[in-house]
Amino acid sequence: MHRGPDGFGFFIGQTVGLAHARLSIVDLEGGWQPIANEDRTIWIIFNGEIFNYPELREGLLARGHTFSTHSDTEVILHLYEEKGKDCLADLNGQFAIAIYDSNKQSLFLARDRMGIRPLFYTLHNGSFYFASEIKSLFNADPALPREIDPRVLSEIFTFWSPAGTETVFTGVKQLLPGHCLEVTSTGVHEPLCYWSIPFCPDEPGRRSEQEYAAELRELLIDSVRLRLRADVPVGAYLSGGLDSSAITSLVKHYTKNPLKTFSVTFADKVYDEAKEQNEMVDYLGTDHHQVACSYQDIAAVFPQVIWHTETPILRTAPAPLFLLSKLVRRNQYKVVLTGEGADEVLGGYDIFKEAKVRAFIHAQPDSDLRPQLLKRLYPYLAMSPTKSAEYARRFFATDADVSDLFYGHRPRWKTAAGTHVFLTDHVLAQDRDPVQGLGYLQNDLQGLDFFNRAQYLECKVLMANYLLSSQGDRMAMANSVEGRFPFLDHRVVEFAGRIPTHYKMKALNEKNVLKQAVADILPTGTVKRKKQPYMAPDILSFFGEAEPDYLDYYLSESLLTEAGMFKPKAVDKLLGKCRQKSKQGFKENMAFVGILSSQIVYDKMIKNFKIDTPESLDNVKVVS
Amino acid sequence: MADNTTKIRTFIFDNFLFDAEEDALENDTSFLEQGIIDSTGVLELVDWLEEEFAISVADEELVPENLDSVNLLSAYITRKTS
Repeated sequence: MHRGPDGFGFFIGQTVGLAHARLSIVDLEGGWQPIANEDRTIWIIFNGEIFNYPELREGLLARGHTFSTHSDTEVILHLYEEKGKDCLADLNGQFAIAIYDSNKQSLFLARDRMGIRPLFYTLHNGSFYFASEIKSLFNADPALPREIDPRVLSEIFTFWSPAGTETVFTGVKQLLPGHCLEVTSTGVHEPLCYWSIPFCPDEPGRRSEQEYAAELRELLIDSVRLRLRADVPVGAYLSGGLDSSAITSLVKHYTKNPLKTFSVTFADKVYDEAKEQNEMVDYLGTDHHQVACSYQDIAAVFPQVIWHTETPILRTAPAPLFLLSKLVRRNQYKVVLTGEGADEVLGGYDIFKEAKVRAFIHAQPDSDLRPQLLKRLYPYLAMSPTKSAEYARRFFATDADVSDLFYGHRPRWKTAAGTHVFLTDHVLAQDRDPVQGLGYLQNDLQGLDFFNRAQYLECKVLMANYLLSSQGDRMAMANSVEGRFPFLDHRVVEFAGRIPTHYKMKALNEKNVLKQAVADILPTGTVKRKKQPYMAPDILSFFGEAEPDYLDYYLSESLLTEAGMFKPKAVDKLLGKCRQKSKQGFKENMAFVGILSSQIVYDKMIKNFKIDTPESLDNVKVVS
Repeated sequence: MADNTTKIRTFIFDNFLFDAEEDALENDTSFLEQGIIDSTGVLELVDWLEEEFAISVADEELVPENLDSVNLLSAYITRKTS
């Protein structure tokens, strides 16, 4: 109900049932779902937005279709009537779509290109179930097995998220971004890829940096314009960083949309960006609202956060965003624009910088000068891995084969895999070379340079399966707020794929083309400032000032033994370490958050799974 | 020296290996190569060395040749405390 508190719709057929919880944003009066076509043989339910729906609707009307609503949902339905699965190519949006075609006795499912909206499914005893969240699947049929998949658990403790289509629950899958699938009387057909992130950089010299910057600007203006389309007010997240500042500034300069903005501030100044946020607020004159976040605030909401993520996480970063979407709702807003995606598609992350520096060092491994560049990495970390230049050199000197498809990501995965010392033998027995879990990406990675490969991997794994999911959709929808992502408009992504690598990151200047595109509508400081990635305190949140009571339960020897994922003695030693000193390194922070969140997942989704179902619902539509 | 080796092993097991078997660590095993200590863990190790052995680890001594195995650590401590 948190995903759609505004109304509920059900379609009951002979072999198919559809259920929809509505968050009304477009066509508030008329856009109830499920929606049928003209002769009521095809029905749709849909989570998301189609931003170019007015233009598509115009074309459909001209071709003789009859509409019963003014919603974007109905546009998808009539396009599907015309084109079947090829309709997806026409959609500019974020979506999880389900269409029941009673003529063909088929169910058609589709997910947006980047993975903004979720879609899970499972098959059990001849019945096919699908839903936006896994808890809905489990609630639909109490007989559905609820078990942790140890191999995927191990993947999460390497990649920070599941690698591909499988989730942490055995038998429950996600439909991958850019994919669709069909279910008929003969069974569940193999998912089909209808769109893949294109990385095909132009040949050098074809266009200048300024030309790329100018076109990016125009695309972003249009992307923002489309994403302001709503019958409710649209706000924006404003973190103080380049990406959200760029989006908010484009709203200010090119639209008449009133600017209400939202951000998180941290009591721990290491993580706080209030100064940068306030600078942007003053510059743009937005109506700004902030929520302050302390260690205890993160600890207090963490179990609820995991109820919404439905999967283990290795960082607490989603928790402040849960508080942020709550702030948005308190201000009676339902929709916000956010800056996610820019780092992935336009080359902003430190992991890309790190890959460049490593390649530079490996080109002349005996050079004493080249490793000096490592000092430019991670200056903002309290325990920076580059404090010892010689250690950093040795650390980054491994995995030196630039032609390795996963070259850019090996150090990160190696660091995360240090947490495997906590996994039980039962889990480790299922372990495989993590690269096998990414086998489905290998064809797409072939032929790309190492920088584009790193970008592609970041989009497909960390962004799709963690940032847009646990940190994005789940935290916003937990408070019935819809996030919209101008940088993930597929036209922006396709264009970004054509920008030559050396323009994207010029030497170690990240997002160079974006900076050039928006430099004239931002304060100089915002453009030139060193990148501060969004992070939240991890172990510090649970041991910095006070320890939450629930740790005794979730990390008890009995529950650890029962869940069977982690070695109780090892966890006990980790707890001892955390209590002694709350400033810990990468491994300890990831391990603690990962273990705690896994135990909460086990408790809330398996051992004590329960959804509070209301006795009655208001605003219900039932069709058959 | 045996005493230092024992102390070092205990510290590594308690803080980085957690619940592994004793034979999981040979005295000449490279911490970096085996992923036992990551790059931030090194700073934790240095903190402990300085406190436990009342020594000061200079920046130029923060190198794998001094710190990257039980044997190397033991030899380094001996040099610093003699």
